[in-house]
Amino acid sequence: MADKLITAAIVVVGVPAVLVGYIWATEQVLRVLPEGRKPRVRPWLWLGPALAFLAVFLIYPMIGTVVRSLQDSSGQNFVGLDNYAWFVGSSDALSALKNNVLWLVFLTLGVVALGLLVAVLVDRVRYETIAKSVIFVPLAISMVAASVIWLYMYQYKPEGAIQTGTLNAAIGVFGAGPVPWLQVQEFSVNTFMLILVMTWMWTGFAMVIISAALKGINPELMEAARVDGATEWQVFRGIVFPLLVPTLVVVSTTMIITALKAFDIVFTMTSGQLNTNVIANLMYSEMFKFGQYGRASAIAVVLLLAIVPIMFFNIGRFRQQEAVR
Amino acid sequence: MVRRFRWLAPLATLALVVGACTTTTTDGKTVTVIGTWTDAEQEAFLAMVAPWEAETGFTVKYQGTRSINDILAAGVPTGVLPDLAGLPGPGQMAEYAAAGALQPLDDVLDVATYESETASGLTSLGKVDGKTYGVFVKASVKGLIWYNPSLHEYGPSTPATWDELTAMGAANQGSADSLWCLGIESGDASGWPATDWIENILLRQAGPEVYNDWWAGNIPWTDPAIKTAFETYMEVVDNSYGGGTNAVATKFDLAGDPLFTSPPGCALFQQASFITGLGAFADATAGTDYNAFPFPAFNEQYANAVEGAGDLFGMFHATDAAKSLMKYLVTAEAQDIWVARGGALSANKNATSYPDEISTTMGGMIANAEALVFDASDQMPSAMNAAFWSHMVSLTSGSETVDEALDALQEVADDAYAQ
Amino acid sequence: MTAVGAPVEQAGPRAGWLGRHHIGLHTALIALMIIWAVPTIGLLVNSFRPATEAFGTGWWQALFPPYHFSLENYEHVLGQSNIGTNFLNSLFITIPSTVIPLFVAAFAAYAFSWMEFPGRNILFVVVVGLLVVPLQATLIPVLSLFASWGIAGTFLALWLAHTAYGLPFAVYLLRNFMGSLPREVFESAAIDGASAVTSFFRLALPMSVPAIAALAIFQFLFVWNDLLVALIYISAVNPDNLPLTVSIAGLVTSTGGGTEFLGAAAFISMALPLIVFFGLQRFFVRGIVGGSVKG
Repeated sequence: MADKLITAAIVVVGVPAVLVGYIWATEQVLRVLPEGRKPRVRPWLWLGPALAFLAVFLIYPMIGTVVRSLQDSSGQNFVGLDNYAWFVGSSDALSALKNNVLWLVFLTLGVVALGLLVAVLVDRVRYETIAKSVIFVPLAISMVAASVIWLYMYQYKPEGAIQTGTLNAAIGVFGAGPVPWLQVQEFSVNTFMLILVMTWMWTGFAMVIISAALKGINPELMEAARVDGATEWQVFRGIVFPLLVPTLVVVSTTMIITALKAFDIVFTMTSGQLNTNVIANLMYSEMFKFGQYGRASAIAVVLLLAIVPIMFFNIGRFRQQEAVR
Repeated sequence: MVRRFRWLAPLATLALVVGACTTTTTDGKTVTVIGTWTDAEQEAFLAMVAPWEAETGFTVKYQGTRSINDILAAGVPTGVLPDLAGLPGPGQMAEYAAAGALQPLDDVLDVATYESETASGLTSLGKVDGKTYGVFVKASVKGLIWYNPSLHEYGPSTPATWDELTAMGAANQGSADSLWCLGIESGDASGWPATDWIENILLRQAGPEVYNDWWAGNIPWTDPAIKTAFETYMEVVDNSYGGGTNAVATKFDLAGDPLFTSPPGCALFQQASFITGLGAFADATAGTDYNAFPFPAFNEQYANAVEGAGDLFGMFHATDAAKSLMKYLVTAEAQDIWVARGGALSANKNATSYPDEISTTMGGMIANAEALVFDASDQMPSAMNAAFWSHMVSLTSGSETVDEALDALQEVADDAYAQ
Repeated sequence: MTAVGAPVEQAGPRAGWLGRHHIGLHTALIALMIIWAVPTIGLLVNSFRPATEAFGTGWWQALFPPYHFSLENYEHVLGQSNIGTNFLNSLFITIPSTVIPLFVAAFAAYAFSWMEFPGRNILFVVVVGLLVVPLQATLIPVLSLFASWGIAGTFLALWLAHTAYGLPFAVYLLRNFMGSLPREVFESAAIDGASAVTSFFRLALPMSVPAIAALAIFQFLFVWNDLLVALIYISAVNPDNLPLTVSIAGLVTSTGGGTEFLGAAAFISMALPLIVFFGLQRFFVRGIVGGSVKG
């Protein structure tokens, strides 16, 4: 017990020390190089640790996954694009994909719009910290707790019985019948109910990041505009928003990827049944429940391909950003 | 800033690595065990192994988790495994044995004694190619009909056939809202209580042979016998509290609670023996607040068929401590410790410390069943099992017809059994 | 060189509905806060009620007499064997897993923002693209690696894994932030003879504090609440090293009972991340960047 504490203390102090020491060490290494070479070698030394981690823990498994996606479930035989054919031909997979599109669009829109709204509003009030905390708390709750909370919210009891679910009780006040929210498939209501849960959790995420960026905007720019007679809305539209766009791109990209990978909420609340399935859940089932590694890997590769357009968009933005700098 | 701390760097690295590698005890005196039992069940298991620990001086390091499937699925290909583990089912047991991860138990247990002591029908499930790889540490009976004696006491005249049940049930429904209580929600396993219904109906309508052919994939889902079972189930759904909509939205462990409300929501509730530890049953008294009778027959021939289920255990590392523990777990004295606590039945015929009459009867059902079959869905390939669950959910909620569900299930079967 | 500006006065009378004292602003914000808080409050109230009540009636009923509040759920959760050890394990796992990626990402982000080298943008996009790699796809290969290195079941395995999983987002966010810092600051520093190292530690890092604080909050949160990674890399070999999330998951039994304790467990587990959140709030201060550039 005591030795654990001592080790913990050493780790917390030691780790930064080691990393800082690493940078110092790289500078020493660079000293031996001619002046011209230094700026060409230095970036790679700085990127070294990050690239090493990523190569071992993410790139290497991903390469393995791509290879596995071309093999059958036993991993012994090469079957070409069979697993992809299965994916495209499986109505379950396609309906899951359709759901992911819904997630992609509505989760991202919801989280970014609400996060932006809250960040901007909260910046102007004295109770900023409390307001931010209230919006942030859902993210601090683990997925397990969030699903428990919303299972209570969506709970359904037959007509005539006391409604124990918050939503059904609320609409019951207006005389509307109880709705089995997570079971209604028309118009993908149940999928939207799940997206709602995730939006509730992740708005805090967007809010924190956008808020940090907001604080980084030079207040003098805004003051100058105000002094010139601009209204708050004009200040926001003309100065604040354009400066926030890079951050909004980061948040949106992250949310789109999160939407593509959405798993926990679906897994715990409906397990993908009744038309709520998403591809991450499908991949998990294929891999861990059915032992179909080939198919699961094919799904992972499909996910990877799905974000290629977004990555192109991001590259375009960096080029723009740098041209301006 | 860099200069100030750089002397710490090598020291820190060393401390990091040393401190991070916490000693994993491989001193041969510990047995690592993973199971799905947590909370009260975990305590029961630990109580069960305590005498063994005291006698042998070894220690059990147990971890309970519901994600045991994930851990073993990742563990088998990589070799990172506990010494003993609860196996998710006979199907997975066979897979792990085929992969060479599970160790045969023929030299560990006295197989002859084990087989004579254990309910027949269960021992063969633990075998692959004639060798024993898994043993049952706990068992349960499925397809019991629970009722509240204060509404009507079925003790003196228990319905023997399905028709009698429907008639007597309707006649004695009293103020109950509907005849049946039904709840099939269960997180990522939603639908399994409905599969139990189908299994029990099919077993008694068509018999153990058809039942076993069915889960083995030798009979198509579209077979008339299967379809009849499904249609009988749909009758139950129509007669259930809140209908299919409510059934799909209600958690299985709370589904029986309307038995105890006043006025009751329902008169009858079909569930396995372990329901006694869940929901409103947990606070109620056996015999006074609730009682049960076996699933009635459809066909005179198959009247004494029983569906059981159980928790299989297997061994991954054949250390001396692990072997000793395995031997101990299947004995009646070990099993008695758990069953005495209630909520569990033993696979060992000689375990008799049941806390109440109902449990004793249920234990007897396993031990003495003429035809004991194991839970069908647990024996199907996982993909088939998952599809079965999810189509039961769609069927119950009304978004599919019986024919649509059966056709879809057959499609999945064509793929799943071919793997 | 770093200037921490004073909090700036908000807009005056021409502020309109975004103005500081406008009633619309406060109404909107408070309405949002209420909507956000209701579900959590429901859970909080239910965590103080015995199971039969919590499942039988809506949580708002508890706010009227007769009151049946009880601490039994909390007692049950806190009374679990190993909860103390698991809590400490959680701390032991989370803190290094938060600190390491911060530094590693900061170095990489600085290189991506302010150092020129061929293939910079493509490489960066690849790094960010790795965000999409599903965690589950990495579990078996990485576990294999850990097994062959002999560190399966140790804390080091988790520190390394969590660092790697957190890096794509960390690099993405920090690069975005560092990249938007004023070029003039670095240029004038370079003219004054500052090396890359000095620029990094004395300029880039202090100016990026809000982003670093945000990152620290998220990484802490994700690692603290993680279940699957710890379960796969640790449980088979060394159950003593498991974090709090495993204790909490264990509240639900194999047959599905016990969900009434999850509410209490959630609030117990939530305490620390919230403390971290509050603690780091002071770094979200306006004016850290502004003021260092004139005009």
